This record gives sequence, structure tokens and C-alpha cells, in this order.
Amino acid sequence: MAENKKYWRGISELENPEMVKALSEQEFPDQISNEEFLGNKENLDSTHTSRRDFLKYMGFSTAAATLAACESPVYESLPYVVAPEEIIPGIANYYATSYYDGHDFASLLIKTREGRPIKVENNKEAGINANANTRVHASVLNLYDATRLQRPAVNGQESNWSSLDKELMAGLAKAEAEGKQVVVLTSTVLSPSQKKLIKTFGARYTNFKHVSQDPFSYSEKLDAWQEATGKRALPMYHFQNAKVIVSVGADFLGDWVGQSVSGDYAKTRVPGKDMSRHFQIEAGMSLTGSNADKRYKLKTSEHGQFLAALYNELASAKGASTVSGVTSSMQNEAKAIAKELLNAGNAALVVCGGNNKDHELLCIAINDLLGNKETTVSYKTRTYLRQGDDKAFKALIAEMNAGKVGVLITNNLNPAYVATGMANVAEAFKKVPTTVAVTMKYDETAQISNLVAAENNYLESWGDFMAADGHYSLQQPTIKPLFDTRSFEDNLLRWTGLSADYHSYIKEHWNSNVLNGTQWSTVLHDGVYTATASTPMMDAVVEGLGSSLNLDLAGVGTRVAKEAKAIKGLEINFNRLTGMGVGTIANNPWLLEFPDPISRVSWDNYLTVAAADAVELGLRHWNESNGALNGNLANVTVNGVLLENVPVFIQPGQTIGTVGLAVGFGRVGAGAVADKVGVNAFPLMAVAHHAEVKVEAIAESKHEFACIQLAHTMMGRDIVKEVSLDTFLASPGKTEDHTGWNEPPRFETHKGALTSEDANLWDDFDHQTGHMWNMSIDLNLCNGCGACVIACHSENNVPVVGKEEVRKSRDMHWLRIDRYYSSDITTENAEENGYEGLGLFGKGATDMYADMEVPSQSPEVFFQPVMCQHCNHAPCETVCPVAATTHSSEGLNHMTYNRCIGTRYCANNCPYKVRRFNWFEYHNNTKNFGDNYAMNEDLGRMVLNPDVTVRSRGVMEKCSMCIQRIQLGKLEAKKDGKALKDGAIKTACQSACDTNAIVFGDVNNSQSEVFKLKKDQRMYHLLGEVGTQPSVFYQVKVKNTTA
Amino acid sequence: MHYEAPIRKPLIEGDKSYHDITLDVVRPVESSAPRSWWIVFSLALVAFLWGVGCILYTIGVGIGTWGLNKTVGWAWDITNFVWWVGIGHAGTLISAVLLLFRQKWRMSINRSAEAMTIFSVIQAALFPGIHMGRIWMAYFVLPIPNQFGSLWVNFNSPLLWDVFAISTYFSVSVVFWYVGLIPDFAMIRDRAVKPVQKHIYRILSFGWGGKAKHWQRFEEVSLVLAGLATPLVLSVHTIVSMDFATSVIPGWHTTIFPPYFVAGAIFSGFAMVQTLLIIVRKVFSMEQYITIQHIEMMNIVIMLTGSIVGVAYITELFIAWYSGVEYEQYAFLNRATGPYWWAYWSMMTCNVFSPQFMWFKKLRTSLMFTFFISIIVNIGMWFERFVIIVTSLHRDYLPSSWSMFSPTFVDIGIFIGTIGFFFVLFLLYARTFPVIAQAELKTILKSSGDNYKKLQEKEDHGDH
Repeated sequence: MAENKKYWRGISELENPEMVKALSEQEFPDQISNEEFLGNKENLDSTHTSRRDFLKYMGFSTAAATLAACESPVYESLPYVVAPEEIIPGIANYYATSYYDGHDFASLLIKTREGRPIKVENNKEAGINANANTRVHASVLNLYDATRLQRPAVNGQESNWSSLDKELMAGLAKAEAEGKQVVVLTSTVLSPSQKKLIKTFGARYTNFKHVSQDPFSYSEKLDAWQEATGKRALPMYHFQNAKVIVSVGADFLGDWVGQSVSGDYAKTRVPGKDMSRHFQIEAGMSLTGSNADKRYKLKTSEHGQFLAALYNELASAKGASTVSGVTSSMQNEAKAIAKELLNAGNAALVVCGGNNKDHELLCIAINDLLGNKETTVSYKTRTYLRQGDDKAFKALIAEMNAGKVGVLITNNLNPAYVATGMANVAEAFKKVPTTVAVTMKYDETAQISNLVAAENNYLESWGDFMAADGHYSLQQPTIKPLFDTRSFEDNLLRWTGLSADYHSYIKEHWNSNVLNGTQWSTVLHDGVYTATASTPMMDAVVEGLGSSLNLDLAGVGTRVAKEAKAIKGLEINFNRLTGMGVGTIANNPWLLEFPDPISRVSWDNYLTVAAADAVELGLRHWNESNGALNGNLANVTVNGVLLENVPVFIQPGQTIGTVGLAVGFGRVGAGAVADKVGVNAFPLMAVAHHAEVKVEAIAESKHEFACIQLAHTMMGRDIVKEVSLDTFLASPGKTEDHTGWNEPPRFETHKGALTSEDANLWDDFDHQTGHMWNMSIDLNLCNGCGACVIACHSENNVPVVGKEEVRKSRDMHWLRIDRYYSSDITTENAEENGYEGLGLFGKGATDMYADMEVPSQSPEVFFQPVMCQHCNHAPCETVCPVAATTHSSEGLNHMTYNRCIGTRYCANNCPYKVRRFNWFEYHNNTKNFGDNYAMNEDLGRMVLNPDVTVRSRGVMEKCSMCIQRIQLGKLEAKKDGKALKDGAIKTACQSACDTNAIVFGDVNNSQSEVFKLKKDQRMYHLLGEVGTQPSVFYQVKVKNTTA
Repeated sequence: MHYEAPIRKPLIEGDKSYHDITLDVVRPVESSAPRSWWIVFSLALVAFLWGVGCILYTIGVGIGTWGLNKTVGWAWDITNFVWWVGIGHAGTLISAVLLLFRQKWRMSINRSAEAMTIFSVIQAALFPGIHMGRIWMAYFVLPIPNQFGSLWVNFNSPLLWDVFAISTYFSVSVVFWYVGLIPDFAMIRDRAVKPVQKHIYRILSFGWGGKAKHWQRFEEVSLVLAGLATPLVLSVHTIVSMDFATSVIPGWHTTIFPPYFVAGAIFSGFAMVQTLLIIVRKVFSMEQYITIQHIEMMNIVIMLTGSIVGVAYITELFIAWYSGVEYEQYAFLNRATGPYWWAYWSMMTCNVFSPQFMWFKKLRTSLMFTFFISIIVNIGMWFERFVIIVTSLHRDYLPSSWSMFSPTFVDIGIFIGTIGFFFVLFLLYARTFPVIAQAELKTILKSSGDNYKKLQEKEDHGDH
């Protein structure tokens, strides 16, 4: 029954098949040829393009073209005449170099873009100080400081090098003729070549002297080592081998004897059976103390007694002779700690702070008793980061005053600032006919020197260093000198009459003395060189390595007792803030705006006072209606030196009877930004790091603090989760019956109790395909140092907003480190303390919360780095009306600045409060934000990362997880045609972190470190109960607090 | 004709004829303004110009001129926005909902109430605009075709719903108001003698001829628009409340918000109507149209909505406790006892306690007391929004980010400026527009007018 069915494509095909056929053939008709078209005169005549129309169109096009051509701002760019081979626009180059400013030392990699150094990275190859601290990370900005000296000055007038050289040579000749001394005064000289050069320079004069003085002196410590071992050098500490760490006043995580130990320390803080226990005995709350498992408050003047008591405990246990006449207020604690130390054996380490020979002798003796030589304290490898000599410096001042010094050359040291507590430096300078300051700034010393030799920045100079025996590193310039400046060594070469440049001088010196056959270019590439045993160790005669130390502890007991008694009233401790150190690179807005990890105050130094003392002294804190913190001022007198109007900050954890004051502030001549910040504590500080002090409150006084954290406790919330090591070892964190110490929050549903991840109303994105970026932050490893904050600042062009804006809680940090104190009242102990019910009548919940806001006076401290959590169910994304913030398929929360209209709804709805709004135009706004020279000056802008947009006023910004680095990493892998390797992409915060607390990677790669960390028992999400499913997660803090 | 029970009190007092009504309504338009008007107008204008200055300063320099910070991203801006939108609610409620419910007493107040609505929505609409960091990009919130490819607005965002809700509400209100004005403009046109004035009112009255067909269309359009406007009364503030309710911030994330906000809006709207009309009736001698009975009716609405708001406040507290969520519990404890306790208790006193006085007839028929309470209620409702926005934000999840808010002179200046702007508009309106919907009012003269009521009564008695 087959039937031929016919289908029509339409009614018309049925009705008129011929026409359809004809039309379909013409579906693609040939174009009418030009001849045909133009030849058709009739047609052309009938069209209406009149003369007027023609003129109209032409007029419009001309006007449009003209308008389009006038683009308002004209930026001139200069192309390379001859393009350097190694510079490819858009591609960063990294150079290994080193940083040394007379106080901080680190081996670095410098990222340059189009020839501009823009970022400091750690040089992980280095054997010592591979990890730059907060200040060194910020140091790249100082290169572009327009207040640097741009040319030499003679007698206060800007001049040129030839006249400076002439003046100096005349001065030198005169000194030589008059038989006066020629003195080079520096901070510790770490450079073997520089040392040699100074010697060569000095050899030309009969009365030559080189004096070293550290800005924050540890001279007596060195004296103790000289007495005990015969060599004036500190040992290298190996914290990574320590099981029990006892620090008596040593802020080794913050700023101590120069050796960077936080990475080594962190290695012992990995939770497990081998986790170290850290005891801290200190007066003020230091970064180290805030990380300790157990922290004891003790006046610094009693530290000696405690060390002696500890020594006696150990000595009697070991059968050694004890020190007589020892009493300590912490006798029982000393006993308990001694027991722990003995159990740890040679894996114990005791360190002490301060600048006191007796303390250090006791410390050496204790470590000797513990037998930890070469395990935790290395005598074989000494560090040379502190070599200053107080006695030599004082002798020099005496000689200067006596008119015996003819020429004084200073470098890397600002004696008129840092040594004013020891001597009247300005007066002594007046007695020297020729004084030369080789410096980058018209600083305190330059201001009283005849000749000012403008110095290169470290990124413009050659240099070499030996920070410890066998550990060499090189400094290579990453940019030509920006100004008419010369490095100290170039000066010395010239003044010595040598024609060599310093680069070849170092090279020659290394090739003949250090390298032992290794290629110079290899070392230059690596930046560091570790000498093998067979290598001749320059300047490293290893004395005193015999079996016994030359320790004389006689009389120490009475001396430490006397020291404790000497301070009858309040005791002041001089310290350094993490963000400022001794103030060598003070004129750095990144550092000034960096909130101190402990106090969270930026743009200031202040007198830290215990709450009880504050009441007694009549000092208080109060807040403005916008929350900004205010405090009283006080007059501080030490040894008859009065420092007026010192801001007072009430610091939880400060030992009663002590106050603390940081040096490094109150500059005159550091630069426009730093000069108005803080008070100068150096005039108060003599040899010891503590002294007796008189503090007088100034009635009705007010100081405005820029404190970025106004609430200090966790208010009973599970923000930083913590567990004791015992519990951690004994039981799993997440269990079937939900009784573990790290249970995620669960919600009752009809399907039973679900975690917020499962109790989910949303359509989830596909996060199994492609990359899924996650970040793990280990709260056990993070010590709060804040290097990551600065790294983020410099990587992401984060604006500095200034003190006034920070006071208004408008800091722009994409990454912040929250600091919490424990409170005496907690939700757990509230009932015992009599808080019942709501508190309408009597003590209840309202009172409980009010009391929980008050930090304990002996608080536990918690640090928590918080950046955008890149929530996979992001509250910010749903509320943006214009979809300016959106989710990526790789688990990141993107921010499209161009699309943002600035409603701030996203910031309001962010539970983590990580979004930052551009309240003003922070760049090109010299009038209001000139302090932020990184964005407001042509020179300063050179530090900006060209890969990251500078945000305009009115848009929201936040952590992007360094999206520019992720993209680069992916591109590199794609170009190589290989799968992306775990660890190939590192965020700025991660690479700055010397404790590896931050790990970033792809959790879809089951081989990745971050994948393993996500499966860890300790993993938890911040505010997991909100259900935001962040891509950032934290690892529970484990405290080794069990007795 | 509509019959009204004699037991009902007359809505138009005094022995008014149609012509009397015409004269009473047109008097402010035809007479020149008294000195007191000029004084008040100048004050309002100065405030307005000060506000304009502050707005220009904000746009020129940045949102940083306000007191906001990284934690408190909204404060006075959105407080003022919600406050003004809330005030705007009474007008439409009176003219649309009461029209549908055939409440004749609305006729002497709906014109001014609607004017108030429109003027306050104008104030409200300012804030979402100027609170943007980049107001010059404000057109991004409109779903218009663009060169960015498939770039579209985010329909998930309540802020976008706001844009639609407010613009719809504003346009419907304006049309509704204008339609009602046409016969009254025609009346002024017919009486006008000055040519310019006559010309203007001729244009405004759209060639109204008073024909039967005109009246029929007028009634139909009014009814349709009333039908359209009624859901808007509920929707606008519901959507405004969703700005908060859909968020995750404790104190914002509350399902009770939509009804609670609508009740609060009507509450504050009626209070503002009271404030304005008590002045208007006095100044324009309209006591016989806007009677004590009108005032009383509105006071009853205020009492009712005030009580609803009070219940909502207490429910919030209960739910915070009942939920067991520590953040939620803290948020509400913090409201009542934290650093902003004074704002919370101002709100409680003004909104919950003060309307309860209206239970007493003597108080709710007292003009002075009503005026006083109407001001108190509006202060209270401003504080309500401040409490919701600022005290929820300033202490949310992570204590490390807790902060405080303090307004700057710019915050205050802009707020005062909107009050000035509002009164500039209202004062201009009062001298150029018929402040009572006289055409409508005339329709009830014979049923609810004093003299006709008496006449009716006499007739009724005569029958017996």
C-alpha cells in the first residue's frame, strides 16, 4: 500500500510551484555589477543625496573625528632606544639580592617589571634569614621616596660630588697632619668586602678607628659570649630542634638579635607528639609572648633572678655548683620549668632578652647544663648580625668631646637619633672638624654633619654579606641609581684612591676568598652561597670550641638581686614595634599604617600600661561617638630625661608595675610622612633595655589613636577554635556522635542533623571540573607578624589612607590579622560567676556580654588572618544590584571594579567584613592623601604593580586571591603544555609567610597540599553556621598547655 | 444619590454650598501669599539649598564625607530613604485603599496626603542615588541594552527590586494624583482672570469640560488606578524590607519584616499627614472640611498600626531568644543594652508607648496632643530605621570588625535638606494646587454636608 506522499514547504508551493521554483533559484542572486549600477544614469539621478546632505555628512564626520582625537590627558611615554634583552613588557624579572639596613637583614628576591623593582619576595634558598620580615617586605617603597637625598650636600648646601670629595680629602689630610683620629662609625658591618675596604681605607691613616654600634644594642650579650667562648659573636639558634623553649624577655618572633627564627620555630609548632612547649617570661606583651603556650608576667628587672633560680634548679639536678644568694618571685615556676627542660634534655632551649651580661651568662650556663650545644644552640656557626660595642662607642664619644677626632664618617647608623640616650651626640659632633654622614635621608645625623654624602638605596647598590659562619649572600642592584647618589663602598673606594668599582671589588674578593671554585654567576643568580666545610671561612676563626666554657658565675646572684632592687617604682621597657623596628625606614606609609599585631594601633608609638596601673596613675581610654579610640597623655621621666606628651595605651597582659615604650618613632628628618608620627624614646634609653621611670598623667589630655580593632574578645563565639594538645592527641576532631573537638555546626532538619554544607537551598555550581582554588590558614603556625599584610599591600596596590581615616575605621587592608584576647568571663563560666537569666533584675546575660568585652589582664592571645573568604554561597554576590561581584567557576569571588556603582550592600552583607570601600579618591589626590606617596607622586607610583588596577573612588574592593598570579600560573602551564603543578601559584600572602601558615592550591587536585589540609581533622570554616561555604578554611589552634 | 445614616457625623461642617466649597478651596490659589508663608518658604528653601550643597559636596569629594565606615556601610542615607518611603505610604493608602472601601471621609484629606506621598517619595528616591559611590554610573541598575554583551542587572538583588518598586510606585502615584486634579484645575481655570494663570491652568486641566462622558471616564480611571495602586501600598515597603530581610546580618535577617515594615510605613505616613493637615486646616481656615472627626479617624489608624509595630518589636525579641542563635540573641540584647541603647529606647517610647494614648477619646480629639504625637511618631519611626540599620551592622559576626557610627555635618545636612525640599514642594503646592479634592468633595455635600444633614433630619422628623 505504498503511497507517494508529497509534502509542501508552504501554501505558496502548493498554489504556485513555478513561482516558488523561480524564487528559490534566485535565493543567492549575483550582485549587480558596478558597471550596471553606475551605468544606470536614470537610477542615479533619482537618488537624493543633495549637496547639502553631503556637506552635513562631511561636517559631522569632521567634527566627530576631531572630537575623537581630543583625548584630554596626554601621557608621554618614552620607548627604549635600544631595548634591553631581558626586559619583556608585561613579564616580571626576579633578581636575588639582600637587604641590610644596619638592623634588619634578609636574603631576597626582587620582582621587577619593566625595570622597576616593585615587590620583595623571600629567597628560600638562603640558609639564614631567608624570610624577610614585615619591614623588609615594605622596603621597596623607600626606593621611591622623593624625600630621599638626591645629591650630596656640603655645609648644609646642596652640592656636587667633586666638592664633597675635595672637602673630605682636605679634612682627612688635616686630621692626619694634626695627628687626630679618622673614625668610621657604622652599625654592625655584615659585609666581608666592606670590612676589608674599611680596613684598606683606614690603613692610610695613622690614627684610624672603626667603631660599630647597633641601633638597639646587644653589646653586653656579646661581651658575655666573648667572656665565655673567647669570640665576640652570638651563636646561631636552632629553634627547629627545640622541644621546650623558654624565653626570658626575648621577643624572638618579633625583633631580637637579628636572626630570623620564626620559620624554625613554626616547624616545632606543628601539632603532634613532637610539638614544642613554649614558656615566655616577660614584662610587656610581645609578639612572642602572645604565641607562648604559657606566659608569665615578670618585671624585666627580675628576669636575672628568675634565670638564676632556673640555673640553680638545673644545676642542683645535674649536680653542678649553684649560684648563691638567689631569690625569685617565681621560684615554683622556675622549678616546674626546670623539670620540663630536664625532660627535654638537649632539645631544650633557653634564651633571654635585654642587654645584660649577667643574664646572658646565666643563659649560656643553663644551655650548657642542658647539653644542647649544636642541637639548639650552635657554637660552630655564629651569627654576626649584632656586633656593636657600647664601650667602644662611649669611648669614641669621649674622644670626640676631647677633640681627638678629626674626621668622623657615619654610615648605616643614625647616632644622633639612636644613641641620644647614651651620650650627647650633637655636642660631640660639634667637636669634630669634619663629619660626614653617608645616608639616604637628611636625618638627625645628617643635620649635624658638615658633609652629607647622599647614599644609594639597597636596590641600587652592590653588596655582600656574611650573616653567619658559612652563610654568604650577595646584594645586586635591580635599578640604576635614581638620583645623583653613591653607595658607601663606592665612596670609600674613591676616598681611598682606588679606581675599581665596588662590583668588581666584591667579585674579585669573592673569587679569591670565598667561592672556592663556584661560578660567580651561579652565586649571583642564587643570591646566596653556603660555604662547605672545606671552604676557607673568612673571618671565622672558631675559638673557644673546647669542651669547657669559661663561665664565671661568681657574684651573679648578688648582682641580679641588686638589679631587681634598683628599680623601686615603675619600670619602663624599651621595645620595637613589628612595623617600625628601630625606625631605619620610617618614612614608609605602608609600615606606618600597618597596625601593630598586638595593640592593632597604627600611626603611633605609645606607652603601654597595665589596666591596674592606669587606674592608679589616673590614665584612661575612651571612644569617640564614631568609635575612634582616645587616650590620655603622660610625661615620662627616665634618669632625669623628660619625654613629654607620651600617648598612653592600656595593654592587657602588661605586667603590673611596668610600662613599655617602643623606639623608632618621633623622627626629625626621616621624611614628611614619618616626621609627625609618635614620640622619640631613644633619649630615655641608655645601655639597658629597661630602666626606672616616673610616669605623670597629664590631666585633661587627649591623644587620638588610630586603632583598627575596637572590640578585643571573641564574645564567646567560635571564631578561633582552640584545643589542648592532650585532647588533640587523644581524640579525633570530627566524630560519628558529634562529640569531637572540631565538630562543624549542625542543623536539625527533616533529614536529621545536617551541616550547613548539606542543609542547602541553593543550586550549586559545578566545582568538580577544572580548578577549585582553596586556601588553608593554620592558626597554629601563624604568629601574627603581619608580613603577609605588607606583601598584600604591595602586590595589590592597596591604598594607604592615613591616620584620620583609620580612626574612622576605614582602613583598606585586604588582609587583616584579627587579634583576640581571652576574657575572664566566658559563656562557660558565667553561671558559676552568678550570671542568671536575661539580667533585667540583677546579674544576667546583658551583664555577661558587657563583662565578656573586657579582656583578661593575663590573656591568651589569638591571631587570625582574615581576607575575603571567597564564599561559594556568597552573601555579597546575591545582593549586588548590578552583578559587579560574581562567582568564578574556580571557586573565587570576583570583583568587577568597572561595573561597581558603590552601593556598599555587599560590604554590609559580608559576615567577615572583608570588603573595603574607596571612600575617597586615594590616588592622584595629593591634597588629601599626599602621605600615600605610592599613589600620589610620579616617583612613588613606580612601585605600583601594573597587573593590578588602581581602584577609583566609589568602588568596592577586596582580596582577589591574587587573581593576577593565578592567571599567570595558568598561562605558564598552558604555554608549557603541562598540567598546573601544585605550588606553582603562590599568593602574595602565602609567599611572604615564613611559617607556611598559608597554603593555597587546587582542591580538585588530590595530590595537592591544600587538598590534604582540607581533609585534616583540624580544618574548619570561619562562621560555618552561616552556610557561606568559604573557599578559605582554617586549622584549629592547638595549645601545648598540659602540665 | 448616596444615602447616609443620620447617625453619622457630617463630614463637611458649616452651612456650605457648592460655591462656598469652590471659594474655600480656591482662596489660597487666588489670593497672594501671606508673610508667614514667605517666612516658612524661605526657611525651607535655605534648608533645601544647604542640602543641595551637601549633596554636591558628597558627589564631588566622595562618600567619605559621610560618617560611614568599613563595618557600617549604610546609616543615615538608607535610614532617611526608608523613613521617607514609609511616610509616602499614607497618601496612596488614603486615596486608593479607602476609595475602594468607599470611605468618604478620605475626600477632604486625600489630595494633600497624596501630595505628601509624591513629595516624600521624591526625597526617598534621592538617597539610593546619592548613596552610590559612583552616581554617574547609576544607569547600570536599569536593565537596558548595552554594549557590554550579555551584561545584565542582578535580578537576585533586593536593591534592584527597590529600583523597580519605587519607580513604579512613584509613577502610579503621580498619575493617580494628577487624574484627580484635572477637574479641580479646570475649576481654577474657569475662575482665573489673569491670562498667564488661565493659560497654565488650561494646559494643566487637559481640556476638561465637565461633560457627563468626562465624569464617567474620570470615575473609571480613578477606579482602575486605585486598583493598581492598592497592591503597591503593600509591595513597596515589602520590597524595601527585603533589602534587610534577605541578608545574612543578625537583626536584618528576619522574616517578619514585610508586614512589620508596611504597618510601620502606614503608621509614620498617617503621622505625617496629621502634622501637615493640622497646619493646613489652620492656615487655610479649612477646619470645616478637615474636621476633628477626620483627625480622630487618623489617630485611630495611628493607634492600630502603632500597636502592630509594637507587637512586631516584641516578636523580634522573642524569636531572637527562641531561635537559640547566639548572633541573633546578641544582636537584640545589644540593641536594647549596647552602645545604641538610647536609639532603641527612643524608638520604643515614641512608637510603642506614645500611640497608646490614643485610646483616650479626649486625647485623640485634641489637636495639640495629636500634633505633638504625630511629631513624636515620626521621630520614633526614624529611630526605628536607624536602630535596624546601624545597630545591626555595627556589631555583627566578628568582634574584630565591630565599630561605631557617628554622622558628619554632611549626613545631617542632607537630611535637613530633604526636609527643606519636602516643605518647599509642599508649600508651593499649597499655594498653587487645590489642596482639597473639591470636585470629589462636592459629591458628598448633599449626603454628608452639615446643612443637608440637618435638612435631612428635619425632613425625617417631618415625616413622622
